[in-house]
Amino acid sequence: MKVGRVAGNVVSTINHPFFDGKRLMLCDVLDDAGEPTGGYTIAVDTVDAGVGETVLFIDEGNSARQVFGLTTGPIRAVIVGIVDSIDTV
Amino acid sequence: MQLGRVTGTVVATMKAEGLDGVKFLVVQPLDKHQAPIGRPVIAADAVHMAGPGELVYFVASREAAEALDPRFVPVDHAIVGIVDMVTP
Repeated sequence: MKVGRVAGNVVSTINHPFFDGKRLMLCDVLDDAGEPTGGYTIAVDTVDAGVGETVLFIDEGNSARQVFGLTTGPIRAVIVGIVDSIDTV
Repeated sequence: MQLGRVTGTVVATMKAEGLDGVKFLVVQPLDKHQAPIGRPVIAADAVHMAGPGELVYFVASREAAEALDPRFVPVDHAIVGIVDMVTP
């Protein structure tokens, strides 16, 4: 999993049926110090994350499909948690 | 998934099995500010409604093959949505 920060919401009317009713969030990818790496991804939200929040997301297809109880589907990035804090030694 | 801008169409009469009826578009990947990043890719249009000039989001690799019906055909990028807007 990776840590990201929600930067925005992607609104889409015409989409693959898999994404019907799902919220898409534009997330900056963060490094272990919580700084943006410069990369981003568009992830499906499952935890009602809001803009500005630090989140935990999956960036792997099989795990992502498992979140939705599916074995097929064009999905790879899913937000699965909101991060309270990260402590590093 | 990543943002992209459709910049063109690709016509191919001879195609691999499973790709009949699949529309291919030239897509320029974008960064989060919608500025071009990297080289264009050829993506299958899994929403059947994307066209040149549109802002889309697309998936790559195995997820692209999952996007089409019938699924698991030989594609490596697929458009799975047309973006209305990105907020804020």
